[in-house]
Amino acid sequence: MIDLTFRIAGQAGQGMQSISSTLGRMFARAGLHVFTSHDLMSRIRGGHNFSSIRVCDLPVTAPSGRVNLLIALDESSLSPHLAEMVPAGVAIFDAEADADAGPFEPDKPFRFPMPMTRLAKHVGKNPVMINAVALGAVMLLADYPLELLKAMFQETFAAKGGQVVQANIACAKAGFDYAAQYFKAACPCKLALPTQGNKRLLLTGDEAIALGAICSGVKFHSGYPMSPSTPIMEYLAARGREFGIVVEQTEDEIGGINMALGASYAGVRAMTATSGGGFALMTEGLGLSGISETPIVVVICSRPGPATGFPTRTEQADLLFALHAGQDESPRFIFAPGTAEQAFYLTNKAFDLSQKYQVPAIVLSDQLLSDSAATVEDLDLSRLVNRDHSQQFKAQARAPYAYQRYAATGDTCARLLPGSANQTVVAAGHEHNQAGYITESASDRIQMMDRRLGKLKPMRDEMDGITAYPQPSGPQPLAPGPLLLCFGSTCGAVREAVDILRAQGTKVSMLHLSELAPFPARLLTEHACRSRRLITVEGNATAQLARLIHAETRLHVSSSILKFDGRPFTAAEVVREVAGSP
Amino acid sequence: MTTSHDPAFSPDIAWCPGCGNFAIREAVRQALEELHLEPWQVVFVSGIGQAAKLPQYMPCNLFDVLHGRALVTATGVKLANSRLTVIAEGGDADMYAEGANHLMHAMRKNVNITCLVHNNQVFGLTKGQFSPTSESGFRTGTSPQGSAEPAFNPLAFGVALEAGLVARGFAGDIPRLKELIIAAIRHEGFSLLDILQPCVTFNKVNTFKWYQSRVYNLSDTPGYDPHDKAQAFARSLEWGTRIPCGIIYRNDRPALDRQLPQLHDQPLVDQPVPADKFRALIERFR
Repeated sequence: MIDLTFRIAGQAGQGMQSISSTLGRMFARAGLHVFTSHDLMSRIRGGHNFSSIRVCDLPVTAPSGRVNLLIALDESSLSPHLAEMVPAGVAIFDAEADADAGPFEPDKPFRFPMPMTRLAKHVGKNPVMINAVALGAVMLLADYPLELLKAMFQETFAAKGGQVVQANIACAKAGFDYAAQYFKAACPCKLALPTQGNKRLLLTGDEAIALGAICSGVKFHSGYPMSPSTPIMEYLAARGREFGIVVEQTEDEIGGINMALGASYAGVRAMTATSGGGFALMTEGLGLSGISETPIVVVICSRPGPATGFPTRTEQADLLFALHAGQDESPRFIFAPGTAEQAFYLTNKAFDLSQKYQVPAIVLSDQLLSDSAATVEDLDLSRLVNRDHSQQFKAQARAPYAYQRYAATGDTCARLLPGSANQTVVAAGHEHNQAGYITESASDRIQMMDRRLGKLKPMRDEMDGITAYPQPSGPQPLAPGPLLLCFGSTCGAVREAVDILRAQGTKVSMLHLSELAPFPARLLTEHACRSRRLITVEGNATAQLARLIHAETRLHVSSSILKFDGRPFTAAEVVREVAGSP
Repeated sequence: MTTSHDPAFSPDIAWCPGCGNFAIREAVRQALEELHLEPWQVVFVSGIGQAAKLPQYMPCNLFDVLHGRALVTATGVKLANSRLTVIAEGGDADMYAEGANHLMHAMRKNVNITCLVHNNQVFGLTKGQFSPTSESGFRTGTSPQGSAEPAFNPLAFGVALEAGLVARGFAGDIPRLKELIIAAIRHEGFSLLDILQPCVTFNKVNTFKWYQSRVYNLSDTPGYDPHDKAQAFARSLEWGTRIPCGIIYRNDRPALDRQLPQLHDQPLVDQPVPADKFRALIERFR
């Protein structure tokens, strides 16, 4: 079995992300499964950042926490990672002098000094090319032909011109040759990775969400940049012209959601994306979507809070916030994809159901899912649902100005778009009558509340998204072992933990929930009622999923494995906690 | 514009008798009629306050939104369907307090919408607190010693930010106000029309008579060129014994919707979704 982690560590601005995306893409094209995650500090230059590329021959969507090959772009980036290195792992680090690698000691990481900056300056005339030098060395260690890397450079830097391509290739060759000269003979590390296989897609959660939005016909995105959601807006903006999408950067998140609501009122599919802090500013707008019944998709890419919190790190602590955001009560959908693949399909479901029920739909991601790149076999467009819910009201068939936006027709969803000849569309944030005008009437109020909250039941019937692992075959007897419940990005680590625990003889299984509001209570009860011990695994401090399950079902969650240090779960941590849990 | 299309449209008007809002409503009605705009071709986006209720009494398309947010929502409407005439309506609290940040950026974006601000220099709906345009020292329930802040000058603000069109009207002069509304709607870009409006209930200082004795019309001033920024800035600062009305400033830089290539051929709402390109887009990730 192949399961290797390459880690690139250095200062912000040294190009770790470009190395990791080049390597990730190369391995994905070779038919391997890849998961690339980033541990970043909130700064532009300096500090200490690292990217980890996990390469497997089986699907994987979590970091492993074990490093096989470390590339430290400065010497101070070496020591923080040695504890996570496997015995006989290899560390290349930037050093001034030429040096032969020392003798190999099987129980210690193998350290290999290499004058990467010097080679970059000398060969590439630019210290930034240190990442090309490092990649060249990796190619040698992975026993990969340098040609593959050259092809990647030609593709990546095509827009920057032939000189940039050639300089990068020259630097990579210098790194490759240097490693061959000083290192190869001594290296015990045989990575033996395949170079050919089925090419897989490699995309981040944010890219999957943006791609899902485009393939759902999104035409408008307004928002304010906030990590880790910003790549969504940037991806859409870059394709705005080609796909007919208007992307507006607004003055704040309040502007972001309210501008998108204006576009949605006018009839185009609209969205905004932010993180928890920006969503806090959007909550009044979310309520406006609810009361005016204006569809919108809001993406929340969570990070630890409150307030500014840990801007570049991960957490799953906005679940109950998203569930209750806004004054009073109005229905909303919440989807919490576990993988980039799921993010693509659930973004589509969010768009379709938001349109169908004329409610806000939230896609809840987090930094781990949003920023990490994962391989996906393929994305199937035929699985997408894109129904036009916007013009059910047949204006031509009606008397002039007969349209009432909130008419009690039985079909609560008869939308019409403003600009339809001889009809007006009056939508309201005030409590309103059927025509959409301000009312103070108690009976209007009750009618409109019933209308809005009456959506909850059919909305709940649309909810699915419970993934059992291992997949049960036929009716299950009462399971003796614990059942691990999780939502969102945690699924990768939990799934792996299940494999490890089962191999050790513990009969554990997993339920991953990706559709959380309205809560699929009956479905969860069906899946979980045979288990004696329910344990939630969550990236927050107060067991929000457990509390939600408690509120929505009669199931008893016996304990929770919680993590709130801003770092993602690894399978090893989950295994340890399950073994130690009551 | 036919306001009588629906015999059932007989709104219960929540304004005080004698309120300047009645005159503003009449001027808006006449302007839409003169522009031959039908109710279905116009979208009002209103914030919250007594001013923002105007569209409740004007049978057009309406998105009644949040306090302070009318301009951003109106921007979204216009970018999604540029065929619509989009008017954001609100008072001095709505546009200059809660929504001031949006005003600044709507001016910078220069989106082709019209912003009508009923400026009575006081909060009406919350019953008489000082507003951003209240003169310094204005005594209210929340400023018992008199407000400390100097009054916000929306016109100087608009000139400074090079808004498309910056104008001031007076609710006491419906014919001229109507002309200004027409000019604001016709202007291709962002237009701010600040409308001096007496509040008969809460503002006993800036009364109808107070305004009437001070306002004069720039259109009666020979040689005044609203394209001249320095001249416009000087006029925008004039306040006290003489208050200028009319088009203070004009800047013909292209509107936002004209600058987006996506919107050159047809409104966003009419554009088909390019589903034939999705497969190739996905393959770029391989």
